[in-house]
Amino acid sequence: MIGGILSLELLVSALRMSVPLTFASLGGVFSERGGVVNIALEGIMLVGAFGAVVGTYFTNNPWIGLLTAMSFGFLIALIHAVVSITFRINQIISGTALNIMSAGLTTFLSRLIFKAAGSSPHIEGMIQWRFPGTNWQISPLIVIMFAVIIVSQIVIFKTRYGLRLRACGENPYAADSLGVNVIRMRYSGVLISGVLGGLGGAFLSLEHARVFVEGMTTGRGFIALAGMIFGRWTPLGSFSACFLFGLAEALRMRLEGFGIPTQFIQMIPYIVTMCVLIGVVGRAVAPAYDGIPFEK
Amino acid sequence: MLRRILISILAPFLAVLLAFSVGAIVIYILGENPLYVYKILLVNSVTKVDGWGYVLFNATPLIFSGLAVALAFKGGLFNIGVEGQIYIGAFACAWFGITFDVHPLIGIPVGLIFAMIFGGLWGVIAGYLKARFGAHEVINTIMLNFIAIALTNYLVNNPFKEPGQINPIPQTKELFSGSIIPRVYPLFNRIGINLSPSVPLNYTFFIAIFFCILVWYFLERTRWGYEIKAVGLNPRASRYGGINPNYIIILTMFLSGALGGLAGVNDVMGYRHRFLDGFSRGTGFTGIAVALLGKNNPIGIVFASILFGILDRGALAMDVFTNTPRELIRVIQAIIIIFVAIGNEFIFRLLQRLERESE
Repeated sequence: MIGGILSLELLVSALRMSVPLTFASLGGVFSERGGVVNIALEGIMLVGAFGAVVGTYFTNNPWIGLLTAMSFGFLIALIHAVVSITFRINQIISGTALNIMSAGLTTFLSRLIFKAAGSSPHIEGMIQWRFPGTNWQISPLIVIMFAVIIVSQIVIFKTRYGLRLRACGENPYAADSLGVNVIRMRYSGVLISGVLGGLGGAFLSLEHARVFVEGMTTGRGFIALAGMIFGRWTPLGSFSACFLFGLAEALRMRLEGFGIPTQFIQMIPYIVTMCVLIGVVGRAVAPAYDGIPFEK
Repeated sequence: MLRRILISILAPFLAVLLAFSVGAIVIYILGENPLYVYKILLVNSVTKVDGWGYVLFNATPLIFSGLAVALAFKGGLFNIGVEGQIYIGAFACAWFGITFDVHPLIGIPVGLIFAMIFGGLWGVIAGYLKARFGAHEVINTIMLNFIAIALTNYLVNNPFKEPGQINPIPQTKELFSGSIIPRVYPLFNRIGINLSPSVPLNYTFFIAIFFCILVWYFLERTRWGYEIKAVGLNPRASRYGGINPNYIIILTMFLSGALGGLAGVNDVMGYRHRFLDGFSRGTGFTGIAVALLGKNNPIGIVFASILFGILDRGALAMDVFTNTPRELIRVIQAIIIIFVAIGNEFIFRLLQRLERESE
């Protein structure tokens, strides 16, 4: 019985840990299906986490915080799109620069706005939604996440937009010859990833921590990308992979206090990520033109 | 030829200028005078001998870090794991220095070799996973950064923590004198340059310059260097040329990681004489900016490192004398990366067009 409760608790905790990863991972799917590698997701999550706190801090309304997070993520993604699609700069370089910029910018602004080094004041989190007739509560963001997963799966595989987006990632020249505006499609994929990555970051600060801490994403943007690869660039697959990472993180928290040095426990998500990347070899095939600039 | 050099210097120069203009706008919006802030930034770095000492001291690890990124770039790899390699290399040479009490003629070179071997092996993990399994080196090197930081954090907090230490930041005990790289002020004073003893500039700077020459020679004049560049340009073609790209990928990551490991030496053997937890603070990432700004060219990397050394030194003064937080410098660095990447690309296309027209 106790084991049963514990494992249910574990699953719930795993689900919560997987939310920020899943949002960012879905963002990665949209960006890379269109042919643009987006390692700026780490920075996008960070500005999202920061935006959520700033928006909530000034309005006391977490929903405004969410909107701010999405728009901050959108702006970073817009820079990535302009630099890597319009100017055709190497996408890894652009992403790395934006990660450095996001880390600097959030710290810079956080010190200006909150007049304190390290972290922001605590903020109100989101009001949890209650299941009708029960005591069960759930974060609205988790509900939104499931909606986004399903919608993304349908949009990418069952709509004309999705077909065109995938064409731009698989063979932009063929897509172009059929009259698809490759540049516009790629922009849309990257911008969607910015909004979703921002949401993922918002969950970190609004739900997990209720505070913004400098550099608080600690590599989650990259772990989300590994989840996307493990999930073979599909929304449902990415969610499953991120749930696995969430489980690793939930287990990690359970392990604390068992005499294992905390540093080794902290390493678990990173080691799991590396193992997963090794495990998918030969099975996960990226879109053929993923990462290659399109030149008309 | 001269025109080509001038054109290729133009992009980085304009990028830096543009980035500072953006910075000036930010400072202006914050209600301060950009010229005043920039004056503070420069006065404390480049108008005094001691300021220059600090600038070169800051530039030292950046040269290694930039070389590490550049060497991997040449081999077609993105080594975003220099930060982790710095920590591993730094801890390795610190371990040697606190364990063996030897003569400096042995202690210094062996310390350097420890930093190189362990930094290199840390790099090889990602290289091997790429060569053997095709696993993405960008994500793996980043994961290895976090693992390296946690690992050294464990080592310096537990088995190697200095007994009875009161410093809030964990550190190891002091290195034996045989592994300490001395400061340069006695030499400078003898040749008439008035450098204060408090300036931490040490001989690691000259080792860094030596490695610039070494890396240049290696890439341009040796077979391995040629093979690395061949694989970087086109792995498939190099295979037809009789090169085994998998082997070269592992070699590239070892050498890049070894240079990364050396970037940890300046702090451990040349400055603090111990390993201090979390000392690097992003040197490995700044290396990416340095390599890009220096166009992966060793001479360019020295100049780019000095520029970032000036910014680091100036950031400190900015924090103390103005209301602008020093993180603005990091934002400016990132903007430099983006502008210089765009600029390089434009110039590259311009040169291509010029060549096509002259044919």
